[in-house]
Amino acid sequence: MDKTINQKAWFLVLPVLLLVAFSAVIPLMTVVNYSVQDTFGNNQFFWAGLEWFDEMLHSDRMWNALGRQVMFSAIILAIEIPLGIFIALNMPKSGFWSSLCLVLMSLPLLIPWNVVGTIWQIFGRVDIGLLGHTLDALGIPYNYTQNTVAAWITIVVMDVWHWTSLVALLAFAGLKSIPDAYYQAAKIDQASRWAIFRYIELPKMAGVLMIAILLRFMDSFMIYTEPFVVTGGGPGNATTLLSIDLVKMALGQFDLGPAAAFSIMYYLVILLVSWVFFTVMTNLDKKGS
Amino acid sequence: MAKITLDNLAHSYLAKPSSEDDFALKELNHVWGDGEAYALLGSSGCGKSTLLNIISGLLHPSQGRILFDDIDVTQATTSARNIAQVFQFPVVYDTMTVRDNLAFPLKNRGAEPAYIARRVQEIGAMIGMEAELDKRARGLTADAKQKISLGRGMVREDVNALLFDEPLTVIDPHMKWELRTQLKSLHHEFGHTMIYVTHDQTEALTFADKVVVMYDGRVVQIGTPQELFERPAHTFVGYFIGSPGMNVIPASVSGSQAQVHGTAVPLSQNFGTLAGKVELGVRPEFVTLTEGEGLPVTIRRVEDVGRHKIVRAQLFGKDLNIVAAEGQEISPDMTRVTFMPDHVNVYVDDWRSEGKAA
Repeated sequence: MDKTINQKAWFLVLPVLLLVAFSAVIPLMTVVNYSVQDTFGNNQFFWAGLEWFDEMLHSDRMWNALGRQVMFSAIILAIEIPLGIFIALNMPKSGFWSSLCLVLMSLPLLIPWNVVGTIWQIFGRVDIGLLGHTLDALGIPYNYTQNTVAAWITIVVMDVWHWTSLVALLAFAGLKSIPDAYYQAAKIDQASRWAIFRYIELPKMAGVLMIAILLRFMDSFMIYTEPFVVTGGGPGNATTLLSIDLVKMALGQFDLGPAAAFSIMYYLVILLVSWVFFTVMTNLDKKGS
Repeated sequence: MAKITLDNLAHSYLAKPSSEDDFALKELNHVWGDGEAYALLGSSGCGKSTLLNIISGLLHPSQGRILFDDIDVTQATTSARNIAQVFQFPVVYDTMTVRDNLAFPLKNRGAEPAYIARRVQEIGAMIGMEAELDKRARGLTADAKQKISLGRGMVREDVNALLFDEPLTVIDPHMKWELRTQLKSLHHEFGHTMIYVTHDQTEALTFADKVVVMYDGRVVQIGTPQELFERPAHTFVGYFIGSPGMNVIPASVSGSQAQVHGTAVPLSQNFGTLAGKVELGVRPEFVTLTEGEGLPVTIRRVEDVGRHKIVRAQLFGKDLNIVAAEGQEISPDMTRVTFMPDHVNVYVDDWRSEGKAA
C-alpha cells in the first residue's frame, strides 16, 4: 500500500508535544540538571558529576527515611488489602443497602488530603480531640506529638481510614462480575466457604486486586500531605517519610543538588518496584494459562 | 438415585405474588420416576431452569413440597440433597488443573484418595480429556471447559439425580452428538435419574425416554416423543415440536365434522358441540395438496430441504405449511388441501379435546 507523505502532519502532534514538554519533560530535566551541578549562589553553577548521587547513597538520613517509607507502605498494604477484601465480601450485593454502603465508603475518598490530615490532627489531640481526649481519660497514654508509636498508629489508621474504601470498591467490582452459576456450582460441589473464596472469588478478583495493590503502593510511597499535616514528620524524625524529608531538604535547607539526586533515585525506586510487581503478577497470570 | 416427587409445587420470584401471572412456575404435581431420563423442553423463560434449581435446592419454592423417595427435602440444602447439576455456561475453577477440577466434588465429600484418582481417570477418559488432565483449566477453550463441567457433574456415582441445564449450548455440533451419546450410555450404565433441560427439540427427543414440555410456567405435556408428535396436548406443543410445527386453524366443530370458513372438514371422532376458542391442529406431514377438493390455499413458495419439500401456503390469510414427498410434483393447479382425518386434533382454548369414537 502506498503511503501518503505529508510532513505537515507533524503539526498535529505539536500541541501534545508542547503540553508534555512543559508539564513533564522540562521540569524533570531541570531536576536532572540540578542533580549534577553545584552552586555557591549568584546563580552560578558548577559541574559536579555524580557527586550528589554518591553522597545520597551514603547518607544515613536517606536510608533511614527509605526504611521508614518501606515500613509505612508495607504496613498499610498489609492492612488495607485484606480489610478491603473482607469488607467487599461482607457488603450487601444489591439493592438499597448496597448503594448506601458504596456512597458512605466513597466519602473518605472525596475529602482533600490536607483536610484528611487536619481532621486526624484535631481528632487525635489530647486537649480537644475526641479520640485523644477519650484515650487520655481512659488512662491510655496516647500523644502523637511526643510518642513515636502513637504517631505511627495515627498516620497508619488515618491512611487506612482514607484509602481502604478504594480497595473495597475495586474488590467489590471484581466480586460483582462473578456469574451466579459459579456459586451455584460450588454449592453443588459442596465447596466450603474458604474454598469458594480461594478457588472462585480470589482468582476472579486477582486483576482488580493487582491494580489496587499497585495504586496503594505508589500512593503510599509518595505520601506527603496527610502525615505532614498531622505530625510534621515528628516526633523527632520518627514519621519523616521520603517525601517529607525531600521537601525539608529542597525547600527547608535549599540543598538543591542533593535533593535533586534524591528525588531522581526516589522516582527510580517507585518505577522499579511497580515494574517488578507488574511483571511478576502478569507472568504468574500467564503461567496459569 | 431416587424418585423425585413434586407436590403442589409453585414458585414466584416476587415476595408477595398477587396473581397467577406473578408465578414463574405455576402449580405443579409430578413424579420423576427413579432411574428415568427426562428431557425438559420449552422456549426460553418458560420456567425450566427455575424448576431445575428448585429440585437441586439452589432455590426454595414459594409453595409446595419436594420429596426424594418420599422423604421431604423442601428445606434441605443442596449438599444434603446430593445432586449433581451442570449449567448452561462452563463453570471451572480457573486456578486448578483439570484433574483437581474433576476431583473437587469428591474431595469436598471426603472420598478416599485412591478412589478419587481412579474415578477422575475414568471421567477424564469419558469426556476425552485424559491428555489434558494436568493442564490448568484457565487457558482451555469454552467447550473443553464445558466438558470439565460435565465431568464434575458425573464424577460422583451416588447422586440422587443428575440435572443438566442446557449443557451443550456452547459445544460444537460434532462434540454435542458425542457427549449426548456419552450421557445416554452413562444413564444406561448407572441408572441415575436424569433431567435434561433444553430448548432444542432434537436434543430432547434423542436424549430422553420421556419429554416434559413446559410453556409459560406450566407443564403442558409429558410423553414419549411419539405421543408429543401425534397427539400434542396443547397447541404450544404442536407448534414447538416438529419442523415446521403443527398448523393451527380456527374452526367450528359439531359432531364429527368441522367447518373452516364454510367448508366442511371430516374428523375421525365425535366431539359433540364445542364452545370457546376452537381450533384444528394438523401437522404439515398430514396435509395433502390436491387439485379438486378441500380447502382453498395460495402457495407462496416451495422449499426443498432434501428429504422432502416444505410448501409454504396461505389458507384464508393465515400461514399453512405442507410437507410433500421429495418426488412429488407441485403444479400450479394444486390449489386445495385435504387433511388426514385420523391426524386432525381438535383444540378448545389451546388444550386438546378428546373426542368419542364416531
